This record gives sequence, C-alpha cells and structure tokens, in this order.
Amino acid sequence: MKEIRWHGRGGQGAKTASQLLADINLQEGKFVQSFPEYGPERSGAPIKAYNRVSEEKIRVHSGVYEPEVVAVVDPTLLSAANPTEGLSNDGVLLVNTKKAAEEIKSETGFGGKVLAFDATGVAEKAGSGYANIPVLGALVKVLGTDYEVARAEVKSALSKKLPEEVVEMNLDAFKAGYEAINN
Amino acid sequence: MSNGNRQVLTGHQVVANAMRQVDPDVVAAYPITPQSEIVEYFSKFVADGKVDSEVITVESEHSAMSACVGSSAAGARTMTATASQGLALMMEIVYIAASMRAPIVMTVANRALSGPINIHCDHSDSMAARDSGVIQIYGEDAQEAYDFTLMAQRLAENEDVLLPVMVTLDGFTLTHTAQVAELLPDDTVTDFVGDYEPLYPLLDVDNPTTQGPFDMPDYYFEHKLQQVEAMKNVPEKFLEIQEEFSSLSDREYSGLFESYKLDDADYAIVLLGSTAGTAKVVVDELRDEGKKVGLLKPWMFRPFPGEEIKDALKGKEAVAVLDRSLSFGSSGPLYLEISSALSHEDEKPRLYNYTYGLGGRDIAEKHIAEVFEDLENPELEGKMRYINART
Repeated sequence: MKEIRWHGRGGQGAKTASQLLADINLQEGKFVQSFPEYGPERSGAPIKAYNRVSEEKIRVHSGVYEPEVVAVVDPTLLSAANPTEGLSNDGVLLVNTKKAAEEIKSETGFGGKVLAFDATGVAEKAGSGYANIPVLGALVKVLGTDYEVARAEVKSALSKKLPEEVVEMNLDAFKAGYEAINN
Repeated sequence: MSNGNRQVLTGHQVVANAMRQVDPDVVAAYPITPQSEIVEYFSKFVADGKVDSEVITVESEHSAMSACVGSSAAGARTMTATASQGLALMMEIVYIAASMRAPIVMTVANRALSGPINIHCDHSDSMAARDSGVIQIYGEDAQEAYDFTLMAQRLAENEDVLLPVMVTLDGFTLTHTAQVAELLPDDTVTDFVGDYEPLYPLLDVDNPTTQGPFDMPDYYFEHKLQQVEAMKNVPEKFLEIQEEFSSLSDREYSGLFESYKLDDADYAIVLLGSTAGTAKVVVDELRDEGKKVGLLKPWMFRPFPGEEIKDALKGKEAVAVLDRSLSFGSSGPLYLEISSALSHEDEKPRLYNYTYGLGGRDIAEKHIAEVFEDLENPELEGKMRYINART
C-alpha cells in the first residue's frame, strides 16, 4: 500500500486533486481512499489531504503518518507547513516552486528525492490558473500510472463540473505537469 | 468514477444512493455536519427526478423527527439522517417514534456531542439514544453503511418488529472519505426492499385508528412491554434478512457481530465502527508474529447480542473493550454490555476497558497493538485507560 499526502491552501483544489487521483487509481483496478483533514474551513488556510492506494482492499481508517510521497501545491507551505514530516529518505517530495530541486533540498533538509517544477506557471500558461492539476499530472508520473488512463479520468471528472474549454485548459496543464518532471 | 461495479464514493454518497434506491415516500431532515451532504445528495436526486420522494425541509431536528413520525403514522415509508447535536435535539421524538412503532430508517453520521463544540467523530451521539427503543446497527466502512441501510428498511418494516432503525457510520472517517464501494443495481434493491404496506395507516379513513395518545398507569407499562417484545424479535429477523441480502451481493453477512480471527484467539478486542478495520490490520500483523489475537465487532448494538457474544468470547484469556464514548462516573457503554454478558460465567476472560477517539482523536495501528500487549498483563485488568490521550 502506498500513502500520499497533499499540502495546499483552502481553495487551491488539493482535495479535488486527491479525489481525482483516487478515481484514476480505481481505473487501474486499485483500491483507494482519499480524505481531507478537516479543521476550521477557510479559504487560504493550510490544508492537508491524503490518498491510500493498494492492490488489496484497504481496511485501515487511521490518519496517514508516514507517506511515501508528499505533493506540495502551494510553494509557501514549504515553510508555513511541515511537508517533510514523516517522509523517509526513500520517499519523494514533489513541489510546486520556481526554485530548483537542489534549493528545496537545502531549504527543507530533506535527504530523499525532490521533484520541483513551476506548476503555477504551467497552469497560468495553459489558462486554467489552478496548480492542483499540473501537480496531479506530475504525481501520476511519479506513481507510474498510465498517462492515457489518467488523462481520460481527469477529463471525465472535470467535464461534469466545468465547461469544455476550461476542461481543455486543465488537460493541457495536466499534460505539461506530467512532462515537467523526469522521474 | 467506476470500475465494473466498484466505484469511488464517499460515505455520504453511498448512503444517499441507498436512500434513492429505497425510494422512501418522505424524507424530513435538517442539516448538520457531518450528515449534511447525505441529504444534499439525496435532494439533488429528487430535483433531478431520479427518485420520487417528498423532501420536507424543517427548522430543526426536533421538527424533522416530528415530521417523520407524522408521515410514518400516515403510512408513508420514511427516512431521515442526522448527527450529534441534531440527534440530541430530536431525542424526545426518537423515543416517541419507537413507542409508536414507526419503522423509520435513520442514518447517524457519528459525531461528538458538545461541549466543547467539536464536529469530529465519536459515538456519544448514538450512545445517548441507546435506551430510546431504536434498533442500532454500526457500520465499519461505507460499504457496510450502504448494505445495512438497505437491510434496515426490511428490518424496520417487518411486522414482528415495526421499530425505527438507526444505521451509524463514523463521521468524517467514513462520511467524508472517498473509498471503494459497490452499489447493487436499482431493480435488485427495489425487489429486495419490496413495497411497504403499513398495518394501520392513519390516512386509512375507512379503518380509523388512534395513534400516539395519552396513556395512564393502567396501560403505559404494557405498551412498553410490547416494545420489549418487538426488540426480542429483531435478531432472528435480522439474520434472515442478512441471508437474503448476502445472496444478492458479493458480501457475506451472517451474524449480529463479525468475528475476525476470533475462534482460536487467546486475546480479543471488541469495538464498534470504522476502527474495526484498523484493528483487523493489526490482528493480521500480530498473527504473522504467531500471536493468537482476534477481533469481535458488534454490528448490532440494540438489541445487544449478549448471549451470542458470551459464547464467542468463551475461553479467551483476556478481552479489551474499546469505547468511543464516555458514561461519566461509570465504565464505557460497550464495556458494560460485555461485562454484563459475561457476568454469570464461572470462567471468564480478564476484561479491560479503554476509551478512544473522542472528538475525532486518531487511533492508529500502534495504539491497537499496545492494547493487545496490555492484555498479557493481568495487573492492568479493570481500570479504565485512555488511548492516545494526555492523562
């Protein structure tokens, strides 16, 4: 079983991305959980969301303490939250930032694999404006998920809520996120 | 969203879908976290024409249950959902629903009672209703919440039962977590729950009845004893309904509680709800180390299957009962039941009582492993201990 933690700010779509990832993993035939950590809900406040992915039925219902992968949707949370907490050096830290991975390594003191790219810039260029989807694209690559399966699920899920042109922008951002990192 | 029959759904969505498939005549509810989205999803089904229920939006939970009682007395299939303070506010009418033998099915998204105010999970809300006369069923995951909501409909409306049924699922842990669940086809559920034919509908003006009147000391007692008799019929009917349900689904339900690796276990934990899943993981890990441990998870808390649980715990060295609510000045409600069930046994296991998870405090695998460790120490028997709390 793999455990993943998301760090974002209220309104940035970390929870949405977490649920999309669960939908994608289901399409691969996996068992999943996706849940946010609830506190006082305010736009802009730091939030966490979690995924569990497994080949077998997931029975555990506790919090996630030692994730294998951490995805940081908002660059300011590198200092405002503690994204490397519980993350071992075998794990992966995926960060939306303009900085280089080496810089993030020295800032966080994290000894494991750091993957960094400017997801905000990617989203702005695509016109979608939300960094959660390019981060999801990158995460899908980190997890070794089939790109077409993932893209189809993102398209299907977003099409239920968003107009076609916005869906297309998000799919561009998803693709750019997927291609932005070398796993 | 789906892969074969498997879907990623939150607890809210599975319960709302169960309600849609049951197709009640009336749903009366008032929003409260962590229940609100159940009724939101259900209301959307109604607005989209996917179910033909009358949704009554009321000004409080007291009114919600009052509307449910009225609707049920009129002869309508009636459902509701609530949590925490909402259940506390409706409590007066919950007792009345049970005494009027109104087969209302209600979901409770378990949440701590104030104060201090807290929106997260514990079982203090449903435990406060344990003496109200409603049947109580606790689910471990979204799948069980779905399955039991469907079974509850049959149980409530059974002529030998005719009581409200409360199906609980842990707030946030189950309500707000997207997880894998399988829904039955709509027509399978339609056939399973069947049509509701009320025995004495108030709206049957050709056969007028009086419902909910004043009772003097000469009959009140006997009317309460009728509720006692109705409760006695529940286990047998529940088992029959489980058997029928199991034949329609991939799930196997056969019991008032689930035994997990319990038969040959020396040490056992008893608890309700979602933490049972975490405990099963721990049981598997300890079994791999050669430890003979197991789990007993009551599905049904009212009526309490004391006799059956007594037999299942026979011969155990030690049993830990984990309560997710307090009864101030006494032991936990589940502990009291287990203790009472074992009280006439000559040879009984050592009994340990723990309180955990109040107000959403997390309980992880390591905490459950520590409980199993404690069970090997006879000196810790009897004294209440608090898991993952600053004491």
